[in-house]
Amino acid sequence: MNNKTFYNEILTEHNRFPAHKHPIENPDFSMVGVNPSCGDDIVLNLKVKDGIITDGSYEGSGCAVSQASADIMLDLVIGRSIDEAKHLADIFMRMIKDSITDEELEELEEAAALQDISHMPSRVKCAVLGWRTMNEIFDDSEEE
Amino acid sequence: MTLNDKKVKELFPILSGNIVYLDSAATAQKPKCVLDAITDFYLHKNANPMRGLYDLSITATDDYELSRKACARFIGAADACEIIFTRNATESLNLAADCIGATLTPDDEILVATSEHHSNFLPWKKACERSGASIRFLDCMPDGIMTPEMLKAALTPKTKLFSVAQISNVFGRINPVEEYAKICHENGTLICIDASQSVPHIAVDVRKIDADFLAFSGHKLYGPMGIGVLYGKKKLLKKLPPFLRGGEMIDYVSKERIIFADLPHKYEAGTVSAADAAGLRAAIEFVEGIGFDEIEKRELHLTELAMEGMKKIPHVRLLGGYTPGEHNGILTFTIDDVHPHDIAAMFAAENVCIRAGHHCAQPLHLLLGIPSTVRASIAFYNTDEDIEKFLSVLATIRSQMGYE
Repeated sequence: MNNKTFYNEILTEHNRFPAHKHPIENPDFSMVGVNPSCGDDIVLNLKVKDGIITDGSYEGSGCAVSQASADIMLDLVIGRSIDEAKHLADIFMRMIKDSITDEELEELEEAAALQDISHMPSRVKCAVLGWRTMNEIFDDSEEE
Repeated sequence: MTLNDKKVKELFPILSGNIVYLDSAATAQKPKCVLDAITDFYLHKNANPMRGLYDLSITATDDYELSRKACARFIGAADACEIIFTRNATESLNLAADCIGATLTPDDEILVATSEHHSNFLPWKKACERSGASIRFLDCMPDGIMTPEMLKAALTPKTKLFSVAQISNVFGRINPVEEYAKICHENGTLICIDASQSVPHIAVDVRKIDADFLAFSGHKLYGPMGIGVLYGKKKLLKKLPPFLRGGEMIDYVSKERIIFADLPHKYEAGTVSAADAAGLRAAIEFVEGIGFDEIEKRELHLTELAMEGMKKIPHVRLLGGYTPGEHNGILTFTIDDVHPHDIAAMFAAENVCIRAGHHCAQPLHLLLGIPSTVRASIAFYNTDEDIEKFLSVLATIRSQMGYE
């Protein structure tokens, strides 16, 4: 039965044992992300120094897809530059909504485990919630 | 008519495949006779009802009015002119709220049950906002019970109307609307009943209830989408203002003066959906042919089967009453640690259709302190096999998510 759904082990493990679901002290950025269709409701926190994401976390609640995706995203982007994070977010969004190359899929590491969600239009919003919220943080900080 | 599992599947063409449809509280599947009635209207009777002076238009008019009579008979209305055709229960409730709203003053109150579907809350809220009247809420107990005493305590001399569902779309419990009506009327309060979830499952009699308004959708009653009914007491409808304005709801119009048409046409502006009304009539005749004794018997059996199985699966928590008779086929539940949308997605992967979310009853979910739930809703066309499939998937949900 398992192989019929996109609830693979990577997703369920990040959902049950998230590494980044906790508050952090003095984040440089905090942004609320809401997906009304599932009732997913997260706050994404980032610490940024000299253009590098030095720490990050998320809080809130939601479905396994939204929670695991945010956790995987933070695994990927902590320690990288904002430009690299933007690049990964761009690949992730294209993976979910369109298509990407095998090389790009490799760059996404564990986030590639969410690829099958592109076939589930009702769950796309859950998968991109954390990523969309991160992009909003970057967009806002550029405007300032 | 006595049904068996094979026979019901034959009556509903869409169910002949592998699909397990357990979302009938959202919309019911349609028997072939309903689809045939719609086709028959467009093939043989189509003209704009009530307008043309030629035979075909008279046929269309007669057919449309026959559907109105079928609805009146079905819910025990004294007069067919008390049946207003709308698009769905939502429009019916908007119609009732808009017309009552026009008579409200800032001194008045409207009482709404907290457990209501948004469509039986938001129209009343709008009517109150426009008139300056207050909206108040009647909370149910955690298992969905609202006793007549609770209603009595909530009414005040200012309460103009109480609006409540006969069967909640979350709990499935039958509310004692007859007793509610008596209490309301003793207080000089009108009662509006959302019968969307009740008319497909139990016999409803507006005169026995003594309802002032009663609304339902055709599509939950095995009829087509796009047709609904508002029943209103004749003396009430006669004195209330019209809702939508336009063609065929008038007797006379000049630049200065309008004389509105008599009931029910006063409330049916524009070209009506006569084909969908014919489909609804076919659905009603279909239900009458089977009989509510048979429908209730099958649905109770299936609900018992489902509840027995659900009890045996750890971490599954059912909302509402403990006995199958309190559910009318509506089984709303949660599973510890698993989000309802993930549950529904895992069911979907097995071709089992269930609903997840707040079921358009967010105030109720806030009252219960649960963000969202999963709902499996049974109709008489479901089979033992459907329930067994549902239970077999249910038993795997937590392990699919890596628990135990």
